[in-house]
Amino acid sequence: MHTGVDADSDRGPVRHLYVHVPFCRHHCGYCDFVTAVGRLSEHSGYVDALLVELGREEHLLRSDTLDTVFLGGGTPTFLESDTLARLLRSLPPGREVTVEANPETITPELCEVLLAHGVTRVSLGAQTFQPELLATLERQATPEIVTGAFTTLRQSGMANLSLDLIYGIPGQRTEQLEHDVRVALELAPEHVSVYELEAKPGTRFTMAHGAELTRQSDQLENYMELATQGLQAGGYRWYETANFCLTQEGDARDLRSDHNLAYWRGKDYLGLGVGAVSTVGEQRWKNAASVSGYVSALANGEPPVRSNEHVNERLRMWERAMLCLRLDDFLEEDVFSDVLDPQGVERMAVRGLLERDGRSIRLTPRGRLLGNAVTIEVLGEPGELGGSDSATCR
Amino acid sequence: MNLERIRNFSIIAHIDHGKSTLADRILELTQTVSKREMRDQLLDSMDLERERGITIKAQAVRVEWKGHQLNLIDTPGHVDFSYEVSRSLAACEGALLVVDAAQGVEAQTLANAYLAIENDLEIVPVLNKIDLPQARPDEIANEVADLVGDDASSVIRISAKTGEGVADILDAAVELISPPSGEPEAPARALVFDSSYDQYRGVIAFVRVVDGVFHGGEGLQAMAAGTTFEAEELGFFSPERTASETLTAGEVGYVVTGLKDVRRLRVGDTLTTAGRPATEPLPGYKDVKPMVFSGLFPTDSDDYPELRDALERLQLNDAALSFEPETSTALGFGFRCGFLGLLHLEIVRERLERESDLDLIVTAPTVAYLATTKTGEKVEVHKPTDMPLDALLIEEPYIRATIIVPKEFVGSMMELAQDRRGTFGHMEYLSEERVLLTYDLPLAEIVLDFYDQLKSRTRGYASFDYELIGFQEGELVRLDVLLGGDTVDALSLIVHKDRAYGRGKALVAKLRKEIPRQMFDVPVQAAVGSRVISRETVKAKRKDVLSKCYGGDVTRKRKLIEKQKAGKKRMRQVGSVEVPQEAFLAVLNLNENGK
Repeated sequence: MHTGVDADSDRGPVRHLYVHVPFCRHHCGYCDFVTAVGRLSEHSGYVDALLVELGREEHLLRSDTLDTVFLGGGTPTFLESDTLARLLRSLPPGREVTVEANPETITPELCEVLLAHGVTRVSLGAQTFQPELLATLERQATPEIVTGAFTTLRQSGMANLSLDLIYGIPGQRTEQLEHDVRVALELAPEHVSVYELEAKPGTRFTMAHGAELTRQSDQLENYMELATQGLQAGGYRWYETANFCLTQEGDARDLRSDHNLAYWRGKDYLGLGVGAVSTVGEQRWKNAASVSGYVSALANGEPPVRSNEHVNERLRMWERAMLCLRLDDFLEEDVFSDVLDPQGVERMAVRGLLERDGRSIRLTPRGRLLGNAVTIEVLGEPGELGGSDSATCR
Repeated sequence: MNLERIRNFSIIAHIDHGKSTLADRILELTQTVSKREMRDQLLDSMDLERERGITIKAQAVRVEWKGHQLNLIDTPGHVDFSYEVSRSLAACEGALLVVDAAQGVEAQTLANAYLAIENDLEIVPVLNKIDLPQARPDEIANEVADLVGDDASSVIRISAKTGEGVADILDAAVELISPPSGEPEAPARALVFDSSYDQYRGVIAFVRVVDGVFHGGEGLQAMAAGTTFEAEELGFFSPERTASETLTAGEVGYVVTGLKDVRRLRVGDTLTTAGRPATEPLPGYKDVKPMVFSGLFPTDSDDYPELRDALERLQLNDAALSFEPETSTALGFGFRCGFLGLLHLEIVRERLERESDLDLIVTAPTVAYLATTKTGEKVEVHKPTDMPLDALLIEEPYIRATIIVPKEFVGSMMELAQDRRGTFGHMEYLSEERVLLTYDLPLAEIVLDFYDQLKSRTRGYASFDYELIGFQEGELVRLDVLLGGDTVDALSLIVHKDRAYGRGKALVAKLRKEIPRQMFDVPVQAAVGSRVISRETVKAKRKDVLSKCYGGDVTRKRKLIEKQKAGKKRMRQVGSVEVPQEAFLAVLNLNENGK
């Protein structure tokens, strides 16, 4: 199973497109994505700007069907359905087109719009099925709305659904997480992402719940293991640290997220919209977070404010190795010999945190739970070359 | 200068009793320094001295007073530096004994005053800070008078801060202190009582001329070392180096030797002229022997050569500092250093970090032990891992501690001394309120936290001094710490056998907290020989991974890994266990009561 992690990203036009829609009805306390609350009046102008940016960067993209298009947020489905339809219509076609959605935005009408515009996959932010924990997260949905949204999507004919779960919520008990996993299994989505709640220092959320998180920290440490075991027992393949896809007998589909696999395999990708990151060749850039700045720059025929980073070949190789160690794919030692520390590899193998198949390596389940620590051992220095942020420029 | 018109004296005082301020006032009053040039603690030239308000190096300054030449030799006040005091005293005929009118006589004052009296110095008792509202001049004057065997009325009352009474001191010095005795016509002899090192001019000897006369440019000889050199310059301190043609019998000054190696001119040696050498050297001092040892390791192993250079530089000015290379499996290459005491260690460490910009790990201080091996051989042991496990007999250095406390703390002091294996000596009332206690204690019990305990148990009212009284047999064992089954040499300790269990348990508990969880369980054990006396486990971490990682997270994730990698580099590797540097300090502040 020496799948597709190459030393070189395939040169040539970019095959993966990410589009960021920052708008949300409410900015949930724990969320650190670039979001903007409400601003219904700005939605259309923002989509205009997105399309202008697309126009400016289109030359980087493959001219026919892209491999993947991913519409993330924020809440892309919070856009007025006309606006969303206009955006989807204007994006290049993709073999896998994913849209992120919040449960409370899902209606049969929305599903129609999505299906009519080539969306093949919906990623639904369920997070948890516990009402009080949803409230803690400041989510707008109740458990009934979450399961209802899933059913609506299914009934509309959306064949590839992904569900996001979060563990490590302040106050979350073990049995509550077990319950969440059970409900997820009952819904039988094609794909599940499970994230640990990251309480960033200095945020509103940490201010409110930090003490509780500290108190719980010992208990929370087991939650990732609990979730991965529960999902695997339910027939899911743990193909990336935080991601699972359904594998069933008689179902030949590879239900991994192609778009996200592109990141993990270190492919080039173009990101549009506020806060979006692109990596093309040795260049990586990130658009600034301000919606108004983004809209006005593009309206004035200028590029959005960006910060640039030079990621040279070796650094990209290093990153590719780092990302690949998150997958259940094997990584070929010979191909990555420049960035691997053979002694570290040996140490981790002895500890049972890494397994070998000939000249290829991957982390064992326990190794994956300790992914950061193992990566530090296995990889050499990223190197002084590149990696420095240059000044923000236009 | 005619001997009759010379007075050489030093100032003896407890820390904070106003020695440096008094020296400042004397410099002002005698117009040695103009008001414009005046600054506080003028004689304390090191930053560290000014900051801590202590004197580390002895200084000598010449002032003029009513037709007399007064040589004031400023001495350190701390117990660790008493060897410097004794050297300075040997160059004097008198001493000002300065006591704070509010604090009273302290243990160090006592020790240094006795030292001066033993050296037949004339004592001029001085009561300082009489301007303080809490001053008790009459009561303290009695204490001082009792100490020097004089009448309370002879105690000069001054305020070094305001300058009140300072002239009286100088008058008394001229009147009471004997002029130096010496033979101006005899072959020249001078005692080297200290030295400093000047990058450009080499070793500068601080001398007290006893007999004869020295001339600039003359060929000189160090009698004990046999070193010969030319007196490139000689002169006196005023307070800067001031060159003069000659230094004559009774005078105090300096000689620029041009020597680039401090070892060629030891403090305590006698200088004479090559042309007309003296036959007998002056009585020197006994060599100071470091009694407290500690390993100094650079945090960054690349700094090893720099640490060596820095230690060599320090040694130029600090003859008491000794060091030799030490290799630790846990800490890498460093030096085992010998110090006079804990303050000395502290100061050396601070000077290294400050003057040479080095980041250091200092291992737990240990004392010098004498071990008798099975073959009957006696070896001196300076680090715990060198202690032969099969030693027939281990002797440890003992001190006689003098402790002065207000009477309400006598009980808790006795408890502390007992707890530290002390043997009671005697007790006497210095006044109605203050009690003097003496105890014989193993030095090892002092080096860790005795002083802190003393201060906290007496709310800072106790003062403490000690002198070494020799070696005594002790029931001592080597306590080793094992991490993941490997002995950590830098954490080994020599302890009394009755203490091994308590120490071992406390140490293990502390280390369990200091050592971060790793990818595997790490057993932390304390053992005496092959017997494990305490064990705890640092549980393996179960999760350490960034859960979310998409296109926008790659740089952040990479930086996180870089940061963790850098953090790992700062760790020390013991077998497969990563140990943070702080853990090596765990032994320094152990509290067996878990408080």
